[in-house]
Amino acid sequence: MSAPVTPELLNALSEELFAAWQQQRTIAPLRNRAELTLDHAYRIQQGFVERRLAAGETIVGKKIGVTSKAVQDLLEVRQPDFGQLTSGMVVPDGGTLDVSKMIQPKAEAELAFVLGEDLVGPGITAVDVINATAWVAPCIELVDSRIQGWDIKIVDTVADNASCGMYVIGEAKASPLDVDLNLAGTVVKVDGEVVTTGAGAAVQSGPANAVAWLANTLGELGLPFRKGEVILSGSQSILLPVTAGQTLECIIGGLGACSVTFTNGSAQ
Amino acid sequence: MTVSDADVARLAAHVHKAQLDAQAIPKLTNEHPDLSVEDGYRVQVALQRRYLEAGHRLVGWKAGLTSQAKMRQMGVSEPSVGFLTDRMAVPEGTVVETSTMVHPRVECEVAFVLGADLPAKGCTVEDVLAATAYVVPAIEIIDSRYEAFKFDLPSVIADNSSSARFVVGGNPTRLETVDRTTLGLAMVKNGELLTTGASAAVMGDPAAAVALTANLVGRLGQQLRRGMIILSGGITAAFPVAPGDHVSARFQSLGVVDVRFA
Repeated sequence: MSAPVTPELLNALSEELFAAWQQQRTIAPLRNRAELTLDHAYRIQQGFVERRLAAGETIVGKKIGVTSKAVQDLLEVRQPDFGQLTSGMVVPDGGTLDVSKMIQPKAEAELAFVLGEDLVGPGITAVDVINATAWVAPCIELVDSRIQGWDIKIVDTVADNASCGMYVIGEAKASPLDVDLNLAGTVVKVDGEVVTTGAGAAVQSGPANAVAWLANTLGELGLPFRKGEVILSGSQSILLPVTAGQTLECIIGGLGACSVTFTNGSAQ
Repeated sequence: MTVSDADVARLAAHVHKAQLDAQAIPKLTNEHPDLSVEDGYRVQVALQRRYLEAGHRLVGWKAGLTSQAKMRQMGVSEPSVGFLTDRMAVPEGTVVETSTMVHPRVECEVAFVLGADLPAKGCTVEDVLAATAYVVPAIEIIDSRYEAFKFDLPSVIADNSSSARFVVGGNPTRLETVDRTTLGLAMVKNGELLTTGASAAVMGDPAAAVALTANLVGRLGQQLRRGMIILSGGITAAFPVAPGDHVSARFQSLGVVDVRFA
């Protein structure tokens, strides 16, 4: 029943994901279509992202996903995954986001890193990450899936650019030396009410560990990881629903806050 | 009044015995469906009297069911309070015998230590900030004496809001030197992360939970006094523990508190 994995198939799946993204619709999971490995999934992702770049976007950073044990258990993996952030995904801090332009968005609270130097793995440790980080900031990631009903296993989400949607980086920023990366409290509010809390330790025991994993993985794949790139280091919260009309705020202790207001097309 | 003073005394004796014997009992509302929250507190006050008459010392109070996570977990919609005695205080490093409890669970909280009395009525967050000498990290070991940890608000209040033991540790810290709403926490069991959270999970501000505790305790004719320790409520859901478990709460700024079980 499974098709043989050929370059043509991988290319066709990249095209299918890109088309689904463009047309804001979902497609059937990929994992049943062929015996896809994680390596195949990253090649599909690359094809998906290259199509977005060809359509005018640029690479602005990376995101790390699947960083908590709970999500790893759900996806039956023992490591994170990554996706590539493009210029069209940026929402300004305090701005609005028209959720009718997303497919099935959900929100997460994270710590974002911005590199002050290139970080070339393999061989990168968490200390190298801290040394190379220009600043960190609070972040809200709006994940989205081009796969029907979020019915994903690891190859589905990796191929789908790690379920990248949109993201907000706070204007509040600090040196990683001035924030408790692992224990600073992360508080998520919807319309001023606390809905969930967490801390950096939820992400690979500390978000710098996740960024080191990313640097090493990118190094092995020969992908660049450059000064100025933004890294969304992984969710510190549960997945939250995204509802038009609501304002979502992420506050990180000792660092500051960022927020976004969800609108619904012309209804705003 | 459907629940007489004699009923209250009998129910307090019943709960007291369940606590001493570590024996699960049906929730009180099975037998007394009319038991109100106020009746639950009448039973709790009678229970407190029994402990104090046995020579235990009242050392503080706890706020219970103050986080959305806890209220959701237990299926109740408002917080409660319970009293703390010297016998419930477990020094750090002590191994707690799970056999002395029915089905113990652990949760992590910020503990406030009072440098002045709090008003018993109309207590505000500002009053709490002014009266707090310092905060310390705490692990509360809760234990419902009700079968399967299932209860309603009047029953849990009568059972002293599931109070059992508590451990404080870490670093006594002046409240004004930390951001009391964003204190982060990692809860670890046997080296594995159980969960993370931040202090805003408790009513948006744990000092608000202390103010609420002061007002609830005031309604019982009692008062939060200088020197008392106030557990402001679990930041996380509560997790079951078993013999051999080692639980750590790692708090931003406040340090670490540990407890082990046998």
